[in-house]
Amino acid sequence: MNKLKKIFATDSYIVPLVAIILGFLVGAAVMLIGGYDPIAAYGALFKRVFGSAYDFGEAIREMTPLMLTGLSVAFAFRSGMFNIGADGQVLIGMTAASVIGIKLAGLPTFLLVPLAVIGAGLFGGMWAGIAGYLKAKRGINEVITTIMLNWVALYLANYIVRTFLLIPGQNRSEDIPASMWLTFLNSIFDNARLHWGTVIALAAAVFFYIYLWKTKQGFEMRAVGLNSHAAEYAGMNVSRNVMKSMFIAGVFAGLAGAGEVLGVFHYQSVFAGSPGYGFDGIAVALLGLTHPFGVILAAILYGMLTYGSAGMSFNADVPPELIRIVIGSIIFFIAAQGIVRWVLKPFYFKRKKEKVL
Amino acid sequence: MDWLTLGQMLNTTLVFSTALIFAALGGIFSERSGVVNIGLEGLMMFGAFAAAVGGYYAQDAGYETMAPWIGVLCAMAVGVIGALIHAVASITFKADQTISGTVINFLAAGSTLYLVKLLFEGAGETPLIDGFSKYPIPVLSKIPVIGPGLFNNYPTTYLAIILVIVVYFLLFKTPFGLRLRAVGEHPSAADTLGVNVNRMRYVGVMLSGMFAGIGGATITLTTTGTFAHNTISGQGFIAIAAMIFGKWNPLGAFGAAVFFGFSQAIRNYVQLFGWSQSIPQEFIYMIPYVLTIIVLVSAVGRSSAPSALGQPYDPSKR
Repeated sequence: MNKLKKIFATDSYIVPLVAIILGFLVGAAVMLIGGYDPIAAYGALFKRVFGSAYDFGEAIREMTPLMLTGLSVAFAFRSGMFNIGADGQVLIGMTAASVIGIKLAGLPTFLLVPLAVIGAGLFGGMWAGIAGYLKAKRGINEVITTIMLNWVALYLANYIVRTFLLIPGQNRSEDIPASMWLTFLNSIFDNARLHWGTVIALAAAVFFYIYLWKTKQGFEMRAVGLNSHAAEYAGMNVSRNVMKSMFIAGVFAGLAGAGEVLGVFHYQSVFAGSPGYGFDGIAVALLGLTHPFGVILAAILYGMLTYGSAGMSFNADVPPELIRIVIGSIIFFIAAQGIVRWVLKPFYFKRKKEKVL
Repeated sequence: MDWLTLGQMLNTTLVFSTALIFAALGGIFSERSGVVNIGLEGLMMFGAFAAAVGGYYAQDAGYETMAPWIGVLCAMAVGVIGALIHAVASITFKADQTISGTVINFLAAGSTLYLVKLLFEGAGETPLIDGFSKYPIPVLSKIPVIGPGLFNNYPTTYLAIILVIVVYFLLFKTPFGLRLRAVGEHPSAADTLGVNVNRMRYVGVMLSGMFAGIGGATITLTTTGTFAHNTISGQGFIAIAAMIFGKWNPLGAFGAAVFFGFSQAIRNYVQLFGWSQSIPQEFIYMIPYVLTIIVLVSAVGRSSAPSALGQPYDPSKR
């Protein structure tokens, strides 16, 4: 029995690892069919990420919002909710941070920065909370409300930027005061747009872990996620947990928005369409098996691949879209673990035989 | 607002609804069989791409008049192949259906653009092709207002409306429909009665790929004429919303799709009527989405998904 348990324990990292390798192999096969050199392409990808301090810093910049939106989707998932709305929650967070940064620019920095960050988180949380409330009190499918709220957020954010924050004649807001920029270690990284948001994201992951697995409230939330009827029967307040979990998920996404405004762009544009943060977050959450530390690792992988893919097209002439096939295949193999187990089966057989002898 | 523009508005509404109707019908097939299909967006992308490429090569080979229909056929085929990936992962390998649907979205976004660049020497979009042209139905199209609105449309729009009724009958009035629904509501009961659960689900998912593929094709063949990265931007998700809004019923989904089509059409008329002076355009854009939420809150209430939706079928657990 113990040996069996050991095999399953190793599974938890062997399967994702093999899935990643298989994903890269699928990408390589697609490149070979298209007449490209996969070794040159992957070489260019990694060289782009690790080649210079600046690029490495920018890759970390790319990972940061992915960590937070990934955590957002994963957190909602844990309580049985599918949050397609992280995109809208990021936009609302961005807008809150921009409005606070530009309209309250006179305040001292030690007040202004926390106000913008907390405001972004709070508004992101309240935006997701609408979907949570409607699910809890009215039983309305959160998939549909979060999709709708994404669009409403897009237009609301554009309206606020266009009407209150715009530089005349341009499609973007004024800059927030330079004292607010959440720059972080960027002299080491050759002025890459690194920011404190990365630290906030890591802290959020730790909070996620402690809250869900070490507190009573987190236990209730997981119970609701696993079986809401059983949780209700056990005397837990299902609707309160649903609302709370959506709120926290929205806070994570809102913080991602704050990071993008304060740390990266220092202004907000009028968006022509969905910026896509939330949809990447779904992929990251699934890649990370909806575990907070898995999500962080997944965001690192995802961020590296997307940032590095630009180098792939530059140096090896491979269309960067290929990387989406790689990411998609990795998620596919992680989801369909049966395939990975089938690939690994010969190796398992060997091990079992050794143990019998 | 005069009657002529009202007719045009009706017409534009239908043009924008067509793709959503197809994709939502596709979603119904999949979800009624118990398989969540969050991959409609990707399947539409496959269809839009295949229609643009198939249409282009058909035109190139000299089949101008047939080209759009060849495009539709290509879209159906590629949609089915894309859906097959979802089916294999979620039915045979019992993967989480949400995850494998997301995979479809990723693979579609990646592979279509990769292939476009490969086929057309690094271009970001396919060459412009002649899609469908509007086909006025004799006599009926002469009726004032309604005629130019309803009966002077693309052939795909007529097809969509006919298919709504066909799918409705197929689902609720035929043994096939009964089996498909049974597999989504209570797979073990269906299994006991001799229905092959997994085979039915494969059929449901592949039909969803076919329909979503046609949905994507209508966008390239009627509105854009090319396939680029932003040809399908969220329509698949709106189709999911239309399906849920319509309570997994073809007629309901049709109504919801027309509603969203109207919302897209109304943008074209905001400037025309001078509304943009009195109301900020963003608020007009918001109306359909806000209205959807309000309608759901006030009237429709608890939506009832097929009860086995999202659960892989494991015969040993019954």
